[in-house]
Formats: sequence, structure tokens, C-alpha cells
Amino acid sequence: MSTRTILFKIYRYDPDKDRAPYMQELPVEVEAQDRKLLDVLVRIKALDDSLAFRRSCREGVCGSDAMNINGKNGLACLTDVASLGNVVTLRPLPGLPVIRDLIVDMTQFFKQYHSIKPYVVSNSPPPERERLQTPDEREELNGLYECILCACCSTSCPSFWWNPDKFVGPAGLLAAYRFLADTRDDATNERLDNLNDPYRLFRCHTIMNCVDVCPKHLNPTKAIGKIKEMMLARAV
Amino acid sequence: MVKRLTVGAHYGFRDWLGQRLTATVMALYTVFFLVKVLLLPAYDNAAWRTLFAGGFMKFATFLFFMALFYHAWVGVRDIWMDYVKPVGVRLFLHSVTFFVLVGYAGWVAQILWRL
Repeated sequence: MSTRTILFKIYRYDPDKDRAPYMQELPVEVEAQDRKLLDVLVRIKALDDSLAFRRSCREGVCGSDAMNINGKNGLACLTDVASLGNVVTLRPLPGLPVIRDLIVDMTQFFKQYHSIKPYVVSNSPPPERERLQTPDEREELNGLYECILCACCSTSCPSFWWNPDKFVGPAGLLAAYRFLADTRDDATNERLDNLNDPYRLFRCHTIMNCVDVCPKHLNPTKAIGKIKEMMLARAV
Repeated sequence: MVKRLTVGAHYGFRDWLGQRLTATVMALYTVFFLVKVLLLPAYDNAAWRTLFAGGFMKFATFLFFMALFYHAWVGVRDIWMDYVKPVGVRLFLHSVTFFVLVGYAGWVAQILWRL
């Protein structure tokens, strides 16, 4: 692979120094070993150590390096440099307050996640070993439990931009269905009651931005549909 | 940080289901109405009046408008809820929307049963 130069346009904002956010333009020589966007970001960090971004596992498991890449949310560590053009615009995830550069404040996102009680609630006494499920019951959780909470989905959702304090958002609702679908959980009614207001679940208008951006190829819209089906089954 | 419970009103599911049911009624009526119009013997005022002369047509049309107004109530109210944050202004807009739709419903009945 030959080297090429990519012009990076990076959102920069340090509230301690800058009056307003600005876009920094930076041509970067990309080399053959730069396989993923994160590799290039690490290279940029060596050129300009004032650039702030989050990263940890560098293999799409921790969900730290979610950002807006050429207008679409994604993980820098899973984005192939080869798939990018010669101009790359990087911005922080939309809709959340910026702490600095590409780092956003995820408090509101996690507040919504915690609001759906992301753990099994069981009334039965703890068994001696573990709570068992049949393979079929376990199968229901596939496509739900894999979420890494990177917030790519919720921050690409206009309903979440508008009402981040009231609408749970796709990530939280995917997790909500993950526990509704869990046969070991006894709190189904409480969970459905918790979502039955005009905002928390029903601000989803099925535009499927979440499905489009999920780096783990999960489908929050489908999970939201299943929650609505559960509500319907309960009501009629 | 505010510790207040964000879950209050429990009408999310009812309104969501209501919108789906009213949408179905409107879709069915649209097909029914188009077929009726295509089968009209002539396109003049007399034929138009005969179309709405039957009790069933009056009933179906009234049902269509009721479905439309309920659907619009949920939809327009959601827009106010998304974009208008001051409680007083929002309550005013909700009230105006509600009474305008109720007024329309009366008007529809008057027009249909006058034909």
C-alpha cells in the first residue's frame, strides 16, 4: 500500500482557552501500517498533543472512541482508513455537551441507561449455582446483550437530541428489551410501566438512524418494536 | 442534578395504539372512497350529493374525520411537546388545538347531515 495524504478537519474546543469551537485543518501523511482511523488519530496526537479524544481497547469492544466521522457516527478503531476519502471531517458525537475537542459529556446518556434498571430483577430466592435458561431462551438475548454503550446510536437520533432528559434513546431501549426478554427477570410489568409515558419509549418514530450507525450491527428499532408488541399483548 | 422521577403520564401506549388504529381506518376509508368516486355515474353536483345521501356513507365519512381528528390531536400535541417548552404557552396551544379539532368535528357533522 502506498502512502497518501489525508486532509483532516478536526473539531477543536478547549473551554479553558477557546472562546468558540473551530475546525483545525491538518494534512496527515498516512502510511501502510495505519489500518484504522484510530491509528491515524494516535499519529495526529504525536504531531499535536493538545488534541483530546477517548480511546482504550482499540478493537471495538470498549466503545470509547465513538465520534462523528464525515457526518456519520462510528468508532474510530473500526473505521478503515482505506474506506475514507482524501478529506476527513471529525466532530464529537452530536447532541451531547462537549467537554473538550472530541470528548463529550455522556452523563445524560448513562442516566437514561440506568433509568431502565439494566440488571436482572428476580423475586425468587437465589439458587445454589446459577439461574438457568434453555438454549432457546438464551437465543432471545442475542443481538441485545452485545451493546457496548458507545452512544453512536442515541447521539444520531433526533428524538434524543430534542428530549435527551425524557426520551430513553435507542441504546437504553435496546437494553430495556434485553431485560424484558430475559426469562430470569420478574419485573416485566414494572419495566413496561416505566416506559409507558409519551416520551420514554414513544418518542421513537422509527427513522432507524440507530440501526444505520451501530458499529456492532445491532438493531435497536427492532427491539423497540418488540417492546411495543409486549405492551400491546399486555393491554388487549 | 434533579432526582425527580421522569415517568409521570401513562398515556404513551394508548396514544401510540390510537394513532395506528386511526391510520388504519383512514387508509381503508380512502380506498373505499376512491372506489365509490370512480363508480359515480357522472361527475356533477347531483351525483356528489347522491354519493353522500346514504346513511352508511355518512357514517363512514364521519368515522374517517373522527379518526383524522384524533390522529391529528396526538400528532400536533407531540409537536407542541417537542418544540414548546414554557408550560403556559404549551397549555394554551394544546387547548387551541383541542377546541379547533372539536369544532371541526361539529362542522363535519353539520355538513354531512345537511347534504
